[in-house]
Amino acid sequence: MEPLFALLVGALFTVAIYLFMSKHIIRVLMGAAILSNGVNLLIFTAGRITREVPPIIGADSDVLQASAANPLPQALVLTAIVIAFSFFAFLLVLGYRAFQKLDTDNSDEMRVAEPVNESAPPLGY
Amino acid sequence: MAGKSVGLEDLSVAFVMEPLAAADWLIPGPVVFCLLVGSVLLMLRKRTDLQPLIAIPALVVLCAMTLGLLAHVVVNGTVSMTMGRWLPPFGISFTVDAMGAFFAATSSLVALAAGIYGRGDVDHSGRRYGFYPFLLLIMAGVLGAFMTGDIFNLYVWFEVLLISSFGLLVLGNERAQLDGGVKYAFLNLIATTLFLIATGYLYGLFGTLNMADIAIKATELRGTAPLMTLVTLFLLAFAMKAAAFPVNFWLPASYHTPKLVVSALFAGLLTKVGIYALLRILGMLFPVEREELSFIIAIVAALTMVLGVMGALAQNDIRRAMGFLVISGIGVMMAGLALGSPAGLSGAIFYAAHSMVVMTALYFAIGIAAQLGGSFMLSSAGGLYARSAVLAFLTLMLFLSVSGLPPFSGFWPKVVLVKASLDVGAWWLAAAILVTGLLTTIAVGRIWALAYWRPANAGALEQHAAAQSLPAGAMAALAGLVVLSVGAGLWPEPVLVLAQDAALGLIDPSAYVLSVFPGEVPQ
Repeated sequence: MEPLFALLVGALFTVAIYLFMSKHIIRVLMGAAILSNGVNLLIFTAGRITREVPPIIGADSDVLQASAANPLPQALVLTAIVIAFSFFAFLLVLGYRAFQKLDTDNSDEMRVAEPVNESAPPLGY
Repeated sequence: MAGKSVGLEDLSVAFVMEPLAAADWLIPGPVVFCLLVGSVLLMLRKRTDLQPLIAIPALVVLCAMTLGLLAHVVVNGTVSMTMGRWLPPFGISFTVDAMGAFFAATSSLVALAAGIYGRGDVDHSGRRYGFYPFLLLIMAGVLGAFMTGDIFNLYVWFEVLLISSFGLLVLGNERAQLDGGVKYAFLNLIATTLFLIATGYLYGLFGTLNMADIAIKATELRGTAPLMTLVTLFLLAFAMKAAAFPVNFWLPASYHTPKLVVSALFAGLLTKVGIYALLRILGMLFPVEREELSFIIAIVAALTMVLGVMGALAQNDIRRAMGFLVISGIGVMMAGLALGSPAGLSGAIFYAAHSMVVMTALYFAIGIAAQLGGSFMLSSAGGLYARSAVLAFLTLMLFLSVSGLPPFSGFWPKVVLVKASLDVGAWWLAAAILVTGLLTTIAVGRIWALAYWRPANAGALEQHAAAQSLPAGAMAALAGLVVLSVGAGLWPEPVLVLAQDAALGLIDPSAYVLSVFPGEVPQ
């Protein structure tokens, strides 16, 4: 099972990195969303994949049975999903506001903060 | 639902049973306090007149707490507290050693200065959009990162400070801010995601996220697990957060765009959190792998410091020049990490604290200068010495401090680092530090000569004929930070000892491990 998930995570990372190389903010944003999903799957896989044994301690025992699913990666992934989602929402708004104000979503043309023809500092009084 | 209940006598199997000492509440205290005050300020966001009146005293209390924690750590050694009283490693531990406490205290002082400066710099609209709540929340993130003893929790604090920094960065909603904000936000998000990827792999290899637990298990796993890959990934993620060359380009693209007090806060705190994480993860948890990577780190360090200061030399905008000086300072700290010796690490820790104070103060100084009728552009600024000799004097002291000249705080860590480099024969690293110092002196000397010493041209003076007198609050914040820098320069002994303690705590983490697992035999 793990090799399959590893390949899937690798595929998601590849797609994300490909999208990062785009000049357009919206595609970079999609890349970030895909990357965060790939990371979530990675954490989930790293924490041992098992089938159909929920991590619940039975009434007659004090410890989990050995074959139970690992609850910790689920907690980590849940946290990471919340964070990734809020960042996605913020970046979507930021990208849209930037598009409205700067009239472009091409990062090559976003040169307001770093003007192309900035003058050099004076060499003397 | 009622199953077989566990007898009360069994609780010690899962819980810490000893009652906590009162002073130990200082461990989670600062973070909880920041979050609480931040939420109160958020609820009061329409009362823009009240915001600074609540936030500034709260920041004073925060400074008292972190300084108290520093004293507690200096007296009692590393202290630890696990959330929910779960026995570590099952609960999230907050573990504060000398380095964490030192950085926490320094960053709170910087935040207090920023709170005072922000009173004049952030108008009512900026306050309504949440300057003070974000200031408190970013401090929660920064302090949480300095204090946590759990790697996933470190990631969460990184995100807390990142999302607050986004809010601060776009305060004002100008075109340049949105432009810089887009680049800052995306590249930092990618860096923290890389950190999360590394954390996922680390959990897969170690089965634990508790740093003390990792420090114990790393020795056993070293032969079998691909730790080098893991540590290289951590190095890339944190180097990106710290703005080390060649992953530093988000910093000069964005740090000059927000409100000045926000730039000052970012320059002081954010990159240093990246350095802290490098020192903690590479310096303490994976020293063997750090040693393997030390040559690469040293090259990155030398390139970062030299190219950073060259960037500063090429700028006409003083704020952008300062951004490049932040990068240059990161290179000096990375040099300490590359050396890895007690002297190297203590130099890096001292320099990080120095940089927090001095970079923030430098941004304050150029902000006050711009208000006084100068401008941020070197080509048009001038006549500031004639306007205010006090400001010119304070700025000159900061310029000398950032260049690393005695008797200011930048001098001592550079002496320690140059000596540590020469001790291991890395003469080229020592040379890079010294050349950087020289080039920094030229860069800031030119700024002082042009903006302060040069007489103002007539047009500029007329334009700013109605320029106000010195803003008192901002000057007080600036003067306070200058006093810290000069104080640490004239009387470096306590800081040197503290940095040395912090470095020894990184090199031999047995005190750190013992504070989390009291029964554990140190290795």
